Amino acid sequence: MNKVTQQTITYREAVRDAMREAMKKDERVFLMGEDVGRYGGCYNVSQGMLEEFGEERVIDTPLSESGFTGCGIGAAVAGLRPIVEIMTVNFSLLAADQIINTAAKLLYMSGGQFNVPLVIRIATGGGKQLAAQHSHSLEGWYAHIPGLKILTPATVEDAYGMLGPALEDPDPVLIFENTLLYNYEGEFFNDGSTVDISKAKVRREGSDVSIITYGIGLHKSLQAAEQLAKDGIEAEIVDLRLLRPLDDETIFSSVSKTHRAVIVDEGWKSVGISAELSAQITGELFYDLDSPVERICGAEVPAPYAKHLEEISLPRVDDIVESVKQMGGIYG
Amino acid sequence: MATKKKTQKKEPKEGTAESKKKLHLLHQMMRIRQMEEKAYELYTQEKIRGFLHLYDGEEAVAVGVIENLEKEDSIVGTYREHGHALIRGVSMERIMAELFGKAEGCSGGRGGSMHLYDKETNFYGGSAIVANGLPMAAGVAFAYKRQKKDAIACCFFGEGAVDEGEFHESMNLASLWDLPVLFVCENNLYSMGMPFELAEAETDLVTKAKAYKMEGSSVDGMDVLAVQKASKKAVNYIRKNKKPYFLECKTYRYRAHSMFDPERYRDKSEVEEWEERDPIETFSEKLRNEKILNDADWKKLNDEVAEEVQAAVQFAEEGTEEPLENLTKYVYSD
Repeated sequence: MNKVTQQTITYREAVRDAMREAMKKDERVFLMGEDVGRYGGCYNVSQGMLEEFGEERVIDTPLSESGFTGCGIGAAVAGLRPIVEIMTVNFSLLAADQIINTAAKLLYMSGGQFNVPLVIRIATGGGKQLAAQHSHSLEGWYAHIPGLKILTPATVEDAYGMLGPALEDPDPVLIFENTLLYNYEGEFFNDGSTVDISKAKVRREGSDVSIITYGIGLHKSLQAAEQLAKDGIEAEIVDLRLLRPLDDETIFSSVSKTHRAVIVDEGWKSVGISAELSAQITGELFYDLDSPVERICGAEVPAPYAKHLEEISLPRVDDIVESVKQMGGIYG
Repeated sequence: MATKKKTQKKEPKEGTAESKKKLHLLHQMMRIRQMEEKAYELYTQEKIRGFLHLYDGEEAVAVGVIENLEKEDSIVGTYREHGHALIRGVSMERIMAELFGKAEGCSGGRGGSMHLYDKETNFYGGSAIVANGLPMAAGVAFAYKRQKKDAIACCFFGEGAVDEGEFHESMNLASLWDLPVLFVCENNLYSMGMPFELAEAETDLVTKAKAYKMEGSSVDGMDVLAVQKASKKAVNYIRKNKKPYFLECKTYRYRAHSMFDPERYRDKSEVEEWEERDPIETFSEKLRNEKILNDADWKKLNDEVAEEVQAAVQFAEEGTEEPLENLTKYVYSD
């Protein structure tokens, strides 16, 4: 990337450009994962990078999620800056021992001696009829673990801008990329700029209800907000951007203004990140709420294959709209 | 060292260096043994809590292997790692303080017996998930290779780890990518209570290394000189060929798996049989026969180690408690 221009690119290209920039800037950075090289990435994200950076820095791994993720941890601790790509979040469960028992805990167990500056990129989410073992959104699970930072870029700007700070972070950062977003286009300046990875962001201002969401949910929520506006309801959309640590300040500030909160999350409702958000909002802003916190989440089923079943298993724009309209005093 | 002068006069100069080396190996094993015995005693007094996995009986492995490592090499260990930490150069005081959960411990009291760490000596733990350290060792070696360092990663694990997927994934990666890793399997015949022969379809572990096109060998882990020799060969092979190596050390733990283990799975007579081959007893006997060691030397060494242990316990006793407000310190770097 030579000249700084404003351009329209896809989320996929944004992730790729961010990796290329990082690798050009820092010799220690390398990409490792299944089919990231010759194949160009399962979702084409790293296409062309093997040719550009060579086998030393774009490394095709055997199908050994635990092995290569742990290898990334060791390499990070010993001075490199790995980007480990895990093909889907479901496969990350094979590496859960390394992510949770080592990456997240090493700094603490060692009394502050060994930090793990590792970035793991993980594809997540449903909506492609990939059925029960390729469609789930488990980022909320990982957000349960102290020691990890969980990023969920939903825009082209974040897909590009979050990687730099994630690589500079001294601790393990997991970046969850919703696969439906890879083709999503957006405008941004390719000036190598980074973004703040500690803050949530209000993507649409509104006064009647706060819709709190992340990842693919952001785009559904923005659509819902447009529909609601036709009925005179102004929704404020809060893009969480990170699930751990949560940016309470931005969340609470929005809800204390609108007095209503709807959480949109493709993950399962029970015992998930939506439950945590609801508990935090209710605990902090109990007397400010005009209506109970609502949650629009994935149905409590393993993802079904059949299109019509999968469609109703995930939050839909209409679900969000209806939920908001039912809230106490919303037409007040 | 006055008592040694006599010996020195009798032997040629080479022999002197050799004798010193042997006495050093003996001393190192004695340090582990006495530290572990004291830890056992302190556990019964409830000074040490949690899980405590002792290394008595296996001393020749850590001592023999670590003897061949250089300062820039690194070690990845398991939850039975007190001996490895000590021989690597972590002070007995800081180890004991860690067992006591004190702030002066080598993990600041956050790790305990199973999670000893020391950045200064490249001692990477201390992992209590069986086989969990192997991928990390491969990764550390990966970094050394990329950084064009001559260093190697030495990974200790029990034979139980061989049944885990992480063992096979790491062996394959290390061999496939020519990573400088020394895989040291401490085969003590029981993964907790599970006997080795009931857990393995193939009990010849070197065969498993060969399946990954990795060089390997097996050695009597009760014989410190044999371990030292075999691991020297292994380390030289790794440095010369820039490839990994698998070393099985056949050994035995005298104590229960942990202090919670009622030991219903093995006969006392089996433990006694192995104690006949005790690495410290047999080696000191050998040194006596070679006239390198006499009663006075033995007593002197014992007293020295006892003093070190006493000082370590005192250090731990006098250590401070991490302030409560530091509970969440080190969850993240900032």
